[in-house]
Amino acid sequence: MRSLISRAVSETAPRDPAPSRLGYRYQRMMLTPGFRVMVRIGVPILLILVIAGSWYAKPANRTAFAAWMDETKQSFQQRPQFMVQTMNVTGGDMTAMTEVAALLPSEFPVSSFDLDLEKIRADIEALDPIKSASVRMGQGGALEVTLNPRVPVALWRDGPTLRLIDAGSIVSGQIVARADRLDLPLIAGDGAEENIDEALRLFAAAGPLIERVRGLVRMGERRWDMVLDRDQRILLPSDDPVSALDRVIALNEAQDMLNRDVAVVDMRNSDRPTLRMNEEAAETLRRANTTKIENGAGH
Amino acid sequence: MQRGVVAILDVGTSKIACLVLRFDGPEQFRSTDGVGSLAGQSQFRVIGAATTRSRGVRFGEVDAMQETERAIRTAVQAAQKMANVRVDHVIACLSGARPRSYGLDGSLNVAGGTVTEQDISQVMASCDVPDYGADREVLHAQPVNFALDHRSGLTDPRGQIGNELKTDMHMLTVDATAIQNLFYCIKRCDLELAGLASSAYVSGMSSLVEDEQELGAACIDLGGGSTGLSVFMKKHMIYADTVRMGGEHVTSDISMGLQIPTATAERIKTFYGGVVATGMDDREMIEIGGDTGDWEHDRRTVSRAELIGIMRPRVEEILEEVRERLDAAGFEHLPGQQIVLTGGGSQIPGLDGLASKILGQQVRLGRPLRVQGLPQAAIGPAFSSAVGLTLFAANPQDEWWDFEIPAENYPARSLKRAVKWFKDNW
Repeated sequence: MRSLISRAVSETAPRDPAPSRLGYRYQRMMLTPGFRVMVRIGVPILLILVIAGSWYAKPANRTAFAAWMDETKQSFQQRPQFMVQTMNVTGGDMTAMTEVAALLPSEFPVSSFDLDLEKIRADIEALDPIKSASVRMGQGGALEVTLNPRVPVALWRDGPTLRLIDAGSIVSGQIVARADRLDLPLIAGDGAEENIDEALRLFAAAGPLIERVRGLVRMGERRWDMVLDRDQRILLPSDDPVSALDRVIALNEAQDMLNRDVAVVDMRNSDRPTLRMNEEAAETLRRANTTKIENGAGH
Repeated sequence: MQRGVVAILDVGTSKIACLVLRFDGPEQFRSTDGVGSLAGQSQFRVIGAATTRSRGVRFGEVDAMQETERAIRTAVQAAQKMANVRVDHVIACLSGARPRSYGLDGSLNVAGGTVTEQDISQVMASCDVPDYGADREVLHAQPVNFALDHRSGLTDPRGQIGNELKTDMHMLTVDATAIQNLFYCIKRCDLELAGLASSAYVSGMSSLVEDEQELGAACIDLGGGSTGLSVFMKKHMIYADTVRMGGEHVTSDISMGLQIPTATAERIKTFYGGVVATGMDDREMIEIGGDTGDWEHDRRTVSRAELIGIMRPRVEEILEEVRERLDAAGFEHLPGQQIVLTGGGSQIPGLDGLASKILGQQVRLGRPLRVQGLPQAAIGPAFSSAVGLTLFAANPQDEWWDFEIPAENYPARSLKRAVKWFKDNW
């Protein structure tokens, strides 16, 4: 019996494993590089996307997800490392400081993610008295604001108001009375603020007259008049006014001209400086001359 | 062929071998000029190899389509798996299909001018093709020799001056149906047939060394179902033929003579086979077994001398047949008479001694050239045609140049040519 069984086994043909047509094609497909990449990367990604999408499609899940996102974001942003505890404003005077402080967040601590430093800086720089400012997060959670205030170089009388003006012709504030800033020279007239450099040079050149100078007036947006006390005026030419002023000063030194009863010194024509006297002085001069002539004639 | 992957398929009677070659282009880092490493064969590498028992192939021809297709699929799949790459193109060789060699000659008057490529293509086109039959196809056709006036033996007459250019060509035709069957099997495996070669030719390419190919030698590929022989001269194949007998006939002789199954006969042949008996062999007893259940029958033994006595006549018959074919081809007139035995059948011990009695004194056993990446299991003489096919794939136009089509064979109507040019370019 055993031999019969064993013969039945051995009578089968030698095992010749051949792949089926389908298996052969499947193996060839799996050896195709593009297909393999698709199976190994594309299909998992697609699966993940489908699962995530079907979960996200439900409104309840969506709101829960948004809430979770918010909460996570909050808890991250509220960490003590990111909290701003104090602020520290340096540079600038008291008025500027108070104005700046109004722009900064009033209650601390606040998360640094909630502060838009660029916007704060732009706001501060939009203030009149501030030329530039730097805003940064400093050590120990301090908001450090460094101000670079504008330095006014002159007063500009614009109608009834007195404005402070800096070297860049930019208004940096207002004052109520001239007496508040007696240290600054005064300019006035249309287009005066455009030529602040020239005005400052003229003030510098005024030298011994500076005690008497009330201010400079721009005439016809073209040239300057220097106004002295006792309503005296020095009319300066539009080109090279500084040397014209120097000549006036020299005349004044030599002949004490401006202490006399002169109303206007007209330097507009450099070849022919002209003086205009006061009404009374002119009268007196004319009378004296007449008397002299009469006396001479009588003589 | 510069880059890419191609499969080599040797469809034999006893085994189907598949090699996957990767072409890396020409060698990049060459320290010196001259012939590169591995005789210039280092431009490709075998990255996959598989062998399977052949089914449905007889005498080197496809006999049962489905079985052959399955066997090809098995080999290709295993080779692809080893290479881990998909192959789409396959170069195949077949050993049977009744190859027949023809010698052609043609002549052309070049009238004292220099020989141009156009002249060579014309002289090759002027060869008178014999009527080889409607059911046959040309498998190889190569110019073997060129002669210019009285000078013969030129390999490349281009640029030389003479009056009459003559050429000798070797043409090999095979049965069209055998090729069609193989083509169909390969197509059923979703593969493209990129080339086809005669296995007698490619095993000669791999197992003959260079001077043998130059001086004249015959390669005898003792396969399973057929024995291929190819004669080389001046590095060209000048004759190829097949004897439709091989190792499987030896096995079936043993099976019939000893009354044992074919599988056992094959095993006994491989382990104990030989062609020269000595006194020692009378005493060496081989158990041939059986499972009939009859004790007497299952405990049979034969002496090795008896086995040799069965094998030797068949091997002699094969070699006699080869001798006849060689004589018919005029092998004795060649300057070199080297005979190289290769193929799985050449591993029979003592075969070289027997062959030298029948074929001549200069007989040696040949093994295929070593190619890069070939596994240890596939370097034996049984793989000489597979290895030769790799060389054939690496140098597809080794000895016949890429000649142009002769101008007179162009379609005469120039309008048609213009249309064709437009079609080709746009």
